[in-house]
Amino acid sequence: MAKIRLDIVTAERTVFSDDVDVVVAPGHDGQLGILPRHAPLLTALDPGELLIRRDGQETYMAVSGGFMEVVGNHVIVLADTAERAEEIDAARAEAARQRAVSRLSGAREKEFDIARAAAALRRSQVRLKVARRRRQEAPPQAG
Amino acid sequence: MPSTREIRRRIRSVTSTGQITKAMEMVAASKMRRAQVMALATRPYADKMREALSSLTAQTQGTETLHPLLTRRPVKNICLVLMTADRGLAGGLNTNMIRYAASFILERSEPVHLVTVGRRGRDWMVRRSRHILAEFTQLGDRPSLNDTTPISRVVMDSYLSEECDEVHVAYTHFQSTLVQRPTSFRLLPIEPPAEPIGRYLEFIYEPSAEEVLAQLLPRYVDMEVYHAVLEAVASEQSARMVAMRNATENAKEIVNELTLRYNKARQEGITKELLEIASGAQALG
Repeated sequence: MAKIRLDIVTAERTVFSDDVDVVVAPGHDGQLGILPRHAPLLTALDPGELLIRRDGQETYMAVSGGFMEVVGNHVIVLADTAERAEEIDAARAEAARQRAVSRLSGAREKEFDIARAAAALRRSQVRLKVARRRRQEAPPQAG
Repeated sequence: MPSTREIRRRIRSVTSTGQITKAMEMVAASKMRRAQVMALATRPYADKMREALSSLTAQTQGTETLHPLLTRRPVKNICLVLMTADRGLAGGLNTNMIRYAASFILERSEPVHLVTVGRRGRDWMVRRSRHILAEFTQLGDRPSLNDTTPISRVVMDSYLSEECDEVHVAYTHFQSTLVQRPTSFRLLPIEPPAEPIGRYLEFIYEPSAEEVLAQLLPRYVDMEVYHAVLEAVASEQSARMVAMRNATENAKEIVNELTLRYNKARQEGITKELLEIASGAQALG
């Protein structure tokens, strides 16, 4: 089966670089599934889950916005941040979520703060969701 | 001729100074390597970003409303982002950078406002009572994108509010371990890479080319600032490493010289004592 090359890069490092079967990305206008031989595409990404399927294995990553370019069989994700499930600090994400929630319920006057808190809320929710995926995926402990 | 005891004391003090500079040299060397790795790690992202930017600007050319970050306007005020180190002991690094910035300011007929990154540049500009829009210090040896976005936000805000009509960044470019050159580039308005790199392709843009461009431009500015900061950090560490290596070598040289003097003085003392004993014996005999 044909493969696509996937590179996920952030300003600070290359997060992922390998051949995969399918990429499902959180596009600005909804989820986008990329299969081999996709038409050239450049899209903005929203904060969300990015699913990578490779040889029947699924990997989830938390992406907090950025861009995705598809050219030929090459997918490049320019992410603001991108983390694998195992890299996510669930406690920190939960703290960030609670902070954002309390800010949203507290500060009603300034529109700017609301937008920022809402964005922070979404990012933390995505991180928590991806972190939970890992727990489900984890193989049962041999007892 | 100083006494042997005095010379011995000086040898001890110079030796311990040399040990300190040696340690600083090694610390700077390891920080420099890390900074170089970090600067290199940004390259794939930066290259891709430039490519996307050039094909997007080519795509949106001719549309009636140019994005504000791309729009040129008559220059009445200039903003200069000056990147220096927080600390000294880095040879001529900070002096060269500040001298470069000072001549930049003098060459311009328009008023230049400053955004300083690093304590050295800030202190110098404050002493000359220059107008400082914002200052950033203590970014540390391994700044993250999160640490540098406030800088780019400040300059974008001042550009969009027309407080400044051009933004330049002055930083020390890292050429090699031995060569760091102060330099500057225009950050805003953004000059898109002249020719689209690579392929002219019929891209699908989602939501639209203009929209993607509008989202890309601020990140492009963030990235350029981040990159300049990383270069400046790498330059600082390598300048410090070289300066400390020179200091260590000088210390060694001084110790050698002092040891020679010490031995001479000691020998002289012995000779004198012998002479005294001999002449004393003669006088008695």
